[in-house]
Amino acid sequence: MYFGLPDDALTLRDGLREVLTTACTPAVIRAAWDGDSSVALWKTLGSFGLPGLLASESTGGLGLDELSFVAALEEAGWHGVPGPLVETLVSTPVLDLPLDGSARIAVKRHPGPVPWACTSTHVLDTSNDLRLLDVTQAALTPVDTVDRARQLADVSGDGSAPSLSSEQLALLELRGTLGTAAFLLGLARRQVDLTVAYVKERKQFGVPIGTFQAVKHPLADAIVGTEFAWPAALRAAHSLATGDPQAALHVSMAKALASEASYRVSRVCLQAHGAMGYTVEYDLHLFAKRTWALAKDWGTAEQHRAIVAREIVRGRTAL
Amino acid sequence: MDLTETDAELAFRADARTWLTANVPHGLPSGDTRTGFAEHLQWEKQLHAARWAVVSWPEEYGGRGASVWEWLAFEEEYYRAGGPQRVTQNGIFLLAPTLFAFGSKEQQDSLLPRMSAAEDLWCQGWSEPGSGSDLASLTSRADQADGGWVLNGQKTWTTRGSFCTHLFGLFRSDPASERHHGLTYFLVPLDAPGVTVRGFARLDGDEGFAEVFLDNVFVPDSAVLGGVGKGWSVAMATTGSERGLTLRSPGRYTATVARLLDLVGDETLDNGVRDRLAQAWMDSEAYRLFTLRQVSDEQAGRGRPGESSLNKLFWSELDIRLHELALDVLGSEAELEGPWSKGFQFSLSGPIYAGTNEVQRNIVSERLLGLPRR
Repeated sequence: MYFGLPDDALTLRDGLREVLTTACTPAVIRAAWDGDSSVALWKTLGSFGLPGLLASESTGGLGLDELSFVAALEEAGWHGVPGPLVETLVSTPVLDLPLDGSARIAVKRHPGPVPWACTSTHVLDTSNDLRLLDVTQAALTPVDTVDRARQLADVSGDGSAPSLSSEQLALLELRGTLGTAAFLLGLARRQVDLTVAYVKERKQFGVPIGTFQAVKHPLADAIVGTEFAWPAALRAAHSLATGDPQAALHVSMAKALASEASYRVSRVCLQAHGAMGYTVEYDLHLFAKRTWALAKDWGTAEQHRAIVAREIVRGRTAL
Repeated sequence: MDLTETDAELAFRADARTWLTANVPHGLPSGDTRTGFAEHLQWEKQLHAARWAVVSWPEEYGGRGASVWEWLAFEEEYYRAGGPQRVTQNGIFLLAPTLFAFGSKEQQDSLLPRMSAAEDLWCQGWSEPGSGSDLASLTSRADQADGGWVLNGQKTWTTRGSFCTHLFGLFRSDPASERHHGLTYFLVPLDAPGVTVRGFARLDGDEGFAEVFLDNVFVPDSAVLGGVGKGWSVAMATTGSERGLTLRSPGRYTATVARLLDLVGDETLDNGVRDRLAQAWMDSEAYRLFTLRQVSDEQAGRGRPGESSLNKLFWSELDIRLHELALDVLGSEAELEGPWSKGFQFSLSGPIYAGTNEVQRNIVSERLLGLPRR
């Protein structure tokens, strides 16, 4: 019995941490806010092999499993990597596109504007008839977006029809949901780190505000949520990697817990910063706004709890 | 990641399930009343006779030398079978780990077999009328005497103190000391001359609490556990067990959720109840998965100080939410005495005992997050 990341996933995560510390600074995220496509960052990610993490080795991918996937995306979340990272990682195994970071693949899962469309090279439309659009051949109409790095846009165009089986599509959906959960937990960890550093420095009434229980206790409660969501993400990853028939249930549990816990962290961290956090000049909002978006994207907590409820009421014996 | 159980672990689980299914008593009265306690004692002796009382202990003391994974499996099976509260828990789960870590061979040999056999029944003597969360302010004292110590003072909130035979507790052995210095951990028989125990009712009305008065109580030197003046660090070793999974294993909560699902039955649920039911199931699962991760990390040398406070915050709040949901499902019947209303009242003590959740939040923020102390 061992419940945790295997050594190769830990090594991958540590390597990615080193790369992103220099390649994905807050300045890079801010540039994405101004419309930059983060080409240099994605080239670095391509050299690392990240876009093809789940793609088979025979196609030039890393051929790793979902445990490495959640380890990498949690770390990417801490750094707030701009661009459709989760979407690209889950799409490359089923699309014949470059794995070197030159293909940034957004996914349109439902009617309406598409996240990351403006800084992507491709849009995989799974919302109706399956289509793959080359963004340079498509018409984009940007829509004002809260997290401007994600810059949503209405996308129209013909594109091609990739051949994906319903099983492949279902797997893409589960992986995307789980990857988003992992990314959210990384975003939460970053916001906690920023907040801990701030409340140790910031003095009021002559002492660091981090000494006050009114500041400490909400932070402690907030990390209880993320600490208990992470093992759920690990279990869902393991279930996908081993083809567990309950994988969908486990993925919904991971996303429901991660969405709630990371949103809670964003609230508490903003509050602990006082007015300092309530400005776009300070970095906290870069991670908070991504959290707000991802907590709802790929299914809200309520939607995933509804899936869980259906499963547990139907499958009593599984308990 | 390896979630498979070995053949030995599977066999252990199967043995436990078979025996528990055949033997677990149902419908025992509360173990926090005098007559109920006696019935629970019979069950504890039955567990011991079949060597299921303390599975993780060495065989020589009545255990099976079970690994932590096997222990977790036993706990799951115990609560799945509907096993009752363990009235021996404060001895076997709180004192015993401390005895294994700090006790002399003589203390272990003389105390552990009687503890596992439910012959000696241990209660905890930490809190005092003026010392709760601020335990280090305690004033009960131990004065050196010929061949031993003389204890004086008052302990309170002592769970099942009226029914127990022995007390483990902290006393100030250096009168000039302050705070957590100069404390000593003592093992005290409650039939020693000068001990008076007065039971009193908990929130649910059962006599689950006691005050223990010590008036010139003599104990020999062999009653010291872990060294004179070392009481604080010895006691803190027990708190890790109390807050963490030793006292409250995940099996308790997954079993409660299973009962909750039975309670709602096949009725069409309104969306609010469905949503909370899903949350309840996820939370009990999350606690189980968290403990698997925690044990794995500890075994890999990656444990973090203060982690057991995360457990304690989580299981104590979870237990209340599970019971609140059950009472909402029961609706107007919720006010009747019964397992759920009883369990609800007990769950309310979770954020208070074993160190209040306010203290746990201090620990999490200071030790895990590194925030400054005041």
